[in-house]
Amino acid sequence: MKRHNLLDILFRNVTRLSAFIVLMLLLAILISLVIGSMPSIKTFGLKFLASPNWDPVSGDFGALVPVIGTLATSAIALLIAIPVSFGIALFLTEMSPPWLRRPLGVAIELLAGIPSIIYGMWGLFVFAPFFADHIQPWLIQKLGPLPIFGPLFQGIPMGIGMLTAGIILAIMVIPFIASVMRDVFEVVPTLLKESAYGLGSTTWEVVWHVVLPYTKIGVAGGIMLGLGRALGETMAVTFVIGNAHQLSTSLLMPGNSISSALANEFNEAVGELYTSALVELGLILFLITFIILSLARYMLHVLTKREGVVA
Amino acid sequence: MNKIKSLLCVFWLAASSLLSVGVAATNLTGAGATFPYPIYAKWADTYKTQTGIALNYQSIGSGGGIKQIIAKTVDFGASDMPLEIKELDKNGLMQFPAVIGGVVPVINIAGIATGQLRLDGKVLADIFLGKITKWNDPALLALNTTVKLPDETITVIHRSDGSGTTFVFTNYLSKISPSWKSTVGEGTAVSWKVGTGGKGNEGVASYVQRIKNSIGYVEYAYALQNKMAYTQLKNQSGQFVKPDDASFKAAATHANWESAPGFYELLTNEPGKESWPITGATFILMHKVQNKPETAKEVLKFFDWAYSNGGGMAEALDYVPIPETLQKLVRAAWKSQLKDSKGKAIEMR
Repeated sequence: MKRHNLLDILFRNVTRLSAFIVLMLLLAILISLVIGSMPSIKTFGLKFLASPNWDPVSGDFGALVPVIGTLATSAIALLIAIPVSFGIALFLTEMSPPWLRRPLGVAIELLAGIPSIIYGMWGLFVFAPFFADHIQPWLIQKLGPLPIFGPLFQGIPMGIGMLTAGIILAIMVIPFIASVMRDVFEVVPTLLKESAYGLGSTTWEVVWHVVLPYTKIGVAGGIMLGLGRALGETMAVTFVIGNAHQLSTSLLMPGNSISSALANEFNEAVGELYTSALVELGLILFLITFIILSLARYMLHVLTKREGVVA
Repeated sequence: MNKIKSLLCVFWLAASSLLSVGVAATNLTGAGATFPYPIYAKWADTYKTQTGIALNYQSIGSGGGIKQIIAKTVDFGASDMPLEIKELDKNGLMQFPAVIGGVVPVINIAGIATGQLRLDGKVLADIFLGKITKWNDPALLALNTTVKLPDETITVIHRSDGSGTTFVFTNYLSKISPSWKSTVGEGTAVSWKVGTGGKGNEGVASYVQRIKNSIGYVEYAYALQNKMAYTQLKNQSGQFVKPDDASFKAAATHANWESAPGFYELLTNEPGKESWPITGATFILMHKVQNKPETAKEVLKFFDWAYSNGGGMAEALDYVPIPETLQKLVRAAWKSQLKDSKGKAIEMR
């Protein structure tokens, strides 16, 4: 009996320790990032966030270009990936003939297992030339002259740039979002769906009014998982974003993202200020991810709370 | 329980024996520049079969090489950018050139073959500054009367990562163009005014091949391997030259190494009719005071062997070996500058 108790206590403490190790690691990473970026924080202060300069020769650094690049490519990725993933999940759970479900599902999961560098190479060698020859000229011709949206699609068709990076990212995050969506759609009780069908709802109405509200949290979780991957993705983006510290309104022009700036420049960064500016970029990425994920949690929290009231 | 214990023991023994093997073998370690990696690897491989001494070279980049040799985690560092004499003295280092290479502008314009387009330093600088934006700019037309230049926008491709190649290239442009010097300057990474960045020589090479009407710069070997169209350049003597072994060698021999303290000599814009203007040496860094004179001796023996026997291998890989006169100077520098902790010179034999 005693021995049992001892084991219980031991077990509890081991699990507790494991959980705390994660917290401690997180904290340790944060602290070392802050320490590493101190020289840069002292030199540039808050101006670091607003300055588009990145001049290793004169030691003038700013994070604006990579921050915008990171946010813009992730936004493009989600803009494309969410509707497509929704369609995939919907088809797999509601409309696909049963014999097709398994192979299609496995294919999507396999897509998630492809290393990111493969996506990057495919993006550079296959997608970018196709994009430059067939799609970008059309975008520049038809969308370029438009008033508000126009400036987003001006320039020369190079195949690489922010838009390409966003599209490649979309392809990379689709499997994550789609497979989470499919999994949560599948757990919706048949009783609920059948009742709605019984009342004469169309498939769309069932999905929109029954399935989605029921699985809202899971769907949002899947999107966040995808966003998290898109924000931090390095290799694939580095291949196709164009890696130029230039601010440009056009999505067809090269830009830079935080992670690809780090991947490109860390090796050869000479001098304390240069290195610490790069570390500060890392810190900013950490904070961006943290803020976005917290916002998403908060939004979900508010949504769940409001549920009872509105209904 | 006992089983687990004995299993752990086995693991522990295996791990410690692995470690001790690593310590026992004679191994030289170096780290740094990526540009000379192929030739160092080739030399190391041949040297090992001849002497049994292995060289472990990690091509982590020049910046990393400098950091590692200052931290004394490697026996020698390698950098494409020579350190200035006061930087060397501050860290107690000495440097010497190991092998020479050239940087060439590469283009992708339909109808223009390799070696046909003529550029001079000023036009090249203006293209990379974004001042010349069209291939049929009057400045380009004035240099090229024989080829037909299209009315197309120039796409500039540069390196996205810090690189010795970029250093040599921007050093040349700084020497030639005052406005380049004042607005961009020289360095392994600079603030580019226009263009798209490719990672590594291979990144720039593939972007230039992919994007029409583009111009970039790569190591000569990459231009050859990828069958890219390079340009001619006007050198200091006013001659248009093509990049090849002979023109790199000409630049290396015209350099004034005797009066360059610490071998701080950049081979860009050298005089001489045949000299290719964007040539550069890659350097080895060592501590002047050696705590492990035995290892230092082996490093020197390796490079001495590479100077005497490695020239052919270097040429086969499109590098230019160090000229004899320079080799003499380097050997003299080894004798006079490298000491063990008691202040005795390190004898090679």
